[in-house]
Amino acid sequence: MVQVCGLDVEPIIGLEIHVQLATRTKMFCGCPLEFGARPNSRVCPVCLGLPGALPVINRQAVELGVQAALALNCSIAELTKWDRKSYYYPDLPKNYQISQYDLPLAFDGLFEFPIDDRIARIRILRAHLEEDAGKNVHDLPGCSGIDLNRAGTPLLEIVTQPDLRSADEAREFAVQLQRLVHYLGVSHADMQKGHLRFEPNINVRIHRDGQVFVTPIVEVKNLNSFRSLHGAIAYEIPRQVEEWLATGVTAATGNKRNRGWDDTREVTVPQREKEEAHDYRYFPDPDLVPLTVQAAWVAELRERQPELPLCRTERFISEYSLPPRDAHALVEDRATADLLDHAAEAGGDKVVLGKHFLSLWARFANERGTTIAGLRISPGRLAELANLVATGRINATAAAQVAEAMLANHDAPTVLAEELGLMQSRDTDRIAAWVTEALAANAAAVQDALANPKKARAARGFLTGQVMKLSGGRADPKIVGELIDRALAERAGA
Amino acid sequence: MSTPDTAATIAAEVAAGRRRAEEVCRAALGRIAARNGELKAFLELTAEHALERAVAIDRDVVAGRPVGPLAGVPVAVKDNLCTTFGHTTCGSRILAGYVSPYSATAVERLEAAGAVIVGKTNLDEFAMGSSTENSGYFPTRNPWDPERVPGGSSGGSAAAVAAGFVPAALGSDTGGSIRQPAALCGVVGLKPTYGRVSRYGLVAYGSSLDQVGPLAGTVTDAALLLAVLSGRDPRDSTSVDQAVPDYRGALRDAPLAAVAHGLRIGVPAEYFGAGLDAETEGAVRSALRVFEQLGATLVDVTLPRTPQAIAAYYLVATAEASGNLARYDGVHYGYRTPHPADIEDLYSATRAEGFGPEVKRRIMLGTFALSAGYYDRYYNKALRVRRLIQEDFTAAFDHCDVVAGPTSPTPAFRLGERTADPLQMYLADVYTISANLAGIPAISLPCGFTRAGLPIGLQLQGPLFGETLLLQAARLYERATDWHTRRAG
Repeated sequence: MVQVCGLDVEPIIGLEIHVQLATRTKMFCGCPLEFGARPNSRVCPVCLGLPGALPVINRQAVELGVQAALALNCSIAELTKWDRKSYYYPDLPKNYQISQYDLPLAFDGLFEFPIDDRIARIRILRAHLEEDAGKNVHDLPGCSGIDLNRAGTPLLEIVTQPDLRSADEAREFAVQLQRLVHYLGVSHADMQKGHLRFEPNINVRIHRDGQVFVTPIVEVKNLNSFRSLHGAIAYEIPRQVEEWLATGVTAATGNKRNRGWDDTREVTVPQREKEEAHDYRYFPDPDLVPLTVQAAWVAELRERQPELPLCRTERFISEYSLPPRDAHALVEDRATADLLDHAAEAGGDKVVLGKHFLSLWARFANERGTTIAGLRISPGRLAELANLVATGRINATAAAQVAEAMLANHDAPTVLAEELGLMQSRDTDRIAAWVTEALAANAAAVQDALANPKKARAARGFLTGQVMKLSGGRADPKIVGELIDRALAERAGA
Repeated sequence: MSTPDTAATIAAEVAAGRRRAEEVCRAALGRIAARNGELKAFLELTAEHALERAVAIDRDVVAGRPVGPLAGVPVAVKDNLCTTFGHTTCGSRILAGYVSPYSATAVERLEAAGAVIVGKTNLDEFAMGSSTENSGYFPTRNPWDPERVPGGSSGGSAAAVAAGFVPAALGSDTGGSIRQPAALCGVVGLKPTYGRVSRYGLVAYGSSLDQVGPLAGTVTDAALLLAVLSGRDPRDSTSVDQAVPDYRGALRDAPLAAVAHGLRIGVPAEYFGAGLDAETEGAVRSALRVFEQLGATLVDVTLPRTPQAIAAYYLVATAEASGNLARYDGVHYGYRTPHPADIEDLYSATRAEGFGPEVKRRIMLGTFALSAGYYDRYYNKALRVRRLIQEDFTAAFDHCDVVAGPTSPTPAFRLGERTADPLQMYLADVYTISANLAGIPAISLPCGFTRAGLPIGLQLQGPLFGETLLLQAARLYERATDWHTRRAG
C-alpha cells in the first residue's frame, strides 16, 4: 500500500516478458540468428512467408523453453500445439504470427527472489513459444523499409500473475529473470540487443471511505530496459489515481488500454488504436502437428538442470566466505563459478579459494581482458595454490607471484614456489640465526622490548620485521615470533 | 487421333534409347500449339526449360547414366505449385508475374525422376472453385465439349491430359479439385492420403485438406506418378514417414488376380440420392455390376454425415484460407495497388483489386467463422463434424475395402451456367469433400459417357494409406472396360 494524493493505493502489476532464445537457427526454419547482419540477408522462403513455404519446429527452441520453464517451477504440458494469431503489420510477413494460444508449453510456475529482506513469490501463469516479427525501418530517405532478419526468431513469452506490487519489485523480478535465463544459457539475455522485452499490465486498487475502486488495466508496450520498466510503472501508479479522481472511470466502466513509454520525457503516452477491439482470430496452425512432450525427456532436462543462481549465491556466501556482492558477481559468470566449485571439489581450501578468486585471479583475468575461467588454469592447480597458502607454506604476497608464474608456464604451484624461493622457511636453525643477527644489530629496540612498556609492542614488531627482511620474506612468521620471544626471554632472565 | 502414348511407355522407350526425350517433348509442344489456343489449359508454357531438361535426359541415356522412372515424360503442373522456372500465379492477379525462388517438393521429385515439365496449367484462383471459371486470367474449356467447363480447380491439368497434350499432370485436391475435373474430362485423378505427398511448395488453400496428386490417362500412369511423389519430406511437418509401396508393381496381373475375388465394394445410399444426374447414376451402377462380374461383392454401407460435409468443409477450408491468404497484401511481393493513401489503404486496395470475387467470398466466410464469439459456433463445430465423418469412414471400412460412388453429381456443365449461384457450384463437390475431411485417399476414373458424349467419373475411396488397393480396384475396372481408350476431340 502506498499513499497517492492522500489515498491508500495498492498497485496490481503483472508482467509479460519476451525472452529471445539462444538457438542456433530460427523457430521454424534453418536461417541463422545473427544480430546486425545486412538487412534481409538471413532469410529464406519460410521466414519470408513466401507462397507454399511451410514451418518446421526447432527442437532446440522447445528444449530451451522447457529448461527456462523448469527453472520457473512450471508444469510442462504433455501436449502443446501451435496457433495462428492474425493481425496485419508490414513486419509480419504472413500477417499472422505462429504462437501458442490455449495449450502453452508450460504453466503454473513460481519465481522466488529476495528483495528488501524478504522473499518475493511471483506466480507464473504460463510460458509459451512463438516467432518474432521483423523490423520496420523508417530512417531511409523517402521510403520505409522492412528488415526480416529477425522474423522467425524464437521467443519464449512468460506471463506472470498480477502478483507484483511496486515498480521496484517489478524491476527486481526482471533483473532476476534476466540473470536466470542468461545463467541457464536459455538466452544471451543481452538487453542492448532487445533479447528481453517487457510489457507490464498495471492498475491500482484505491481505498477510500471503506470502499475499494479498481482502475482500468493499462498495458505498457515494448519496454526493453529495466529503467523504462521501472519508470513506466512508477509513472502509471499516480497517473491512474489522478485519472480516476478526475473521471471516476473504473475497470467496471472502462476498457483495458495500451500505452507506450516515452523514454526522453519519461512518461507513458496513449497508443493510437483502432475503434474495435483486436480480434486475433486464433486457430490451430494446420501446418504444424501438435507436439507431444515426452515425460522422460522433461525428467532428463530436469536432471540436467544446474543449481540456480540465487541458491548458488547463497551457498557461495556461506561456503567460500564471500561478501554477498562478490558472490553475486561471481555466480553471474557460470563458467568461473563452476571452476571455483571444481577447485573446491579437488580439495582446495574453500576460504582461500574464495579470496584468490576475488583478488589475484580476478585481477589477472581483468588485466588480460578475460574471465577467470578464461585463464584456463585447471581446478587442481587452483586448489594446490590455495592449499600452499592455507597450510602456511607460502604467504599471500608469494601466492600472487606464484599465480603469475602459473599463467606463464604449466608447472605445478609447489614447484614454482620452490623455484622462485618463495616457500616459507621452517628451518628453525636458520631462522634462529636471523633472529640472533637482528637482535644484535638493533640493541635499542631489544632494550625497548625488554624494559620500556610503552614501546615494547612496537619494538617487538620492528624486530620481527627485521628478521623477515633478513630472510627475504621466506621465514615462517609464526616460527619467527616464537624464536624472538624465546631470545628476549633468555635475555630478560640473564 | 490415335491413343497417345502413356507415361509408362514413353519412360520405357526413352530409357531404352528407342525414343529421344527431346522428340517426345517437341511432339507434346506441337499438340499443345495446335489446340491450346482453343482450350486454354495452360497459363504458361515452359518450353525452353522443358527442352533443356529433355536434351539433358537424352545425354544421360546416350552416356549410359541411369535415368528415372519418368524419363522424358512430358508433364503439366498446376500453377499453384511453385517452380523456379516460369511464373507461379495460382491463377490470381495478385500473383501476376510472381517468380518463386524455389520449387515445390512434388515438382523436384518429378524432375528428379526425369519428368519434363512443359507448362503451368490454369486453375480456379487459389484452387477455389469447381469449374476453372474463377481463374483470374481466363476459363479453360472441356476438350470433350469446348462450351463446357473442365471442372476444377485443377481444370487446366485435367484438360491437358484429356486433350492428349501430356500423358500426365499434377493437380491439387482440397475438396475434389483433382477428382472432379478428372471425372468431367474423362481421365484418372488420384487424391492421396493426407500426408502421403509433401505440400511444401504447394500454395496453401486449406492446409489441413490440401494434397498434391496426379491426373493421368490411365491408372498405371497415376500409380507411376504417385510412387515418385510419395514419401516423407522434412520440410513438411504434416508429411508422414511411412514406407512407399510399389504402387505400379501392385498392378501387375498376379497381384490383381489375387485381389479381384473377395474385394468388398461399399455402396453408400447417401451417394445415390437427390441431385444425382440419372445418366451418371446409370453409368456408376453399371460400373458396380462390372465389379461384381470380376468377383467383387457389393456391400451396403452408410455414411450418415455426408449431408453435413459441405457445410463443415466450407468452414474449415475457408477459415484456413483466410489465414493462408493474409500474406498477399502488396507489401512484400506480388501485386500492389498503384497509389495507396496509407498502409491501411495499401492492404485493402491491393486485396480488393488483386483477388477475384470467389476468393474474397471465401476469405470473408473464413474470417467470420474464426471471429470472437463465432469460433465455437462455426469453426469448432465444423471440426466436430469432421471427426464424425472420419468415424463414418472408419465404421464403413469395417465392412468393405473401398467405397464406390459417383465422383460428381453431374457431368460437365456449360460455361457460365453456375457462376451466378455459388451455392449451386459448391454442390458439385458433394461426393468428393468427405475424403479431404477424413484425410483418406480417393480416385476418380472414367466409367462411361452421357448420350451427349460427356465423360462420367467413378469414385473409389479407401482407408488411410490404402492407395495400393484403391489403384488395384481401379485397374481391375479399367482392364475390364475401354472407357479410358476414348479420347476427346
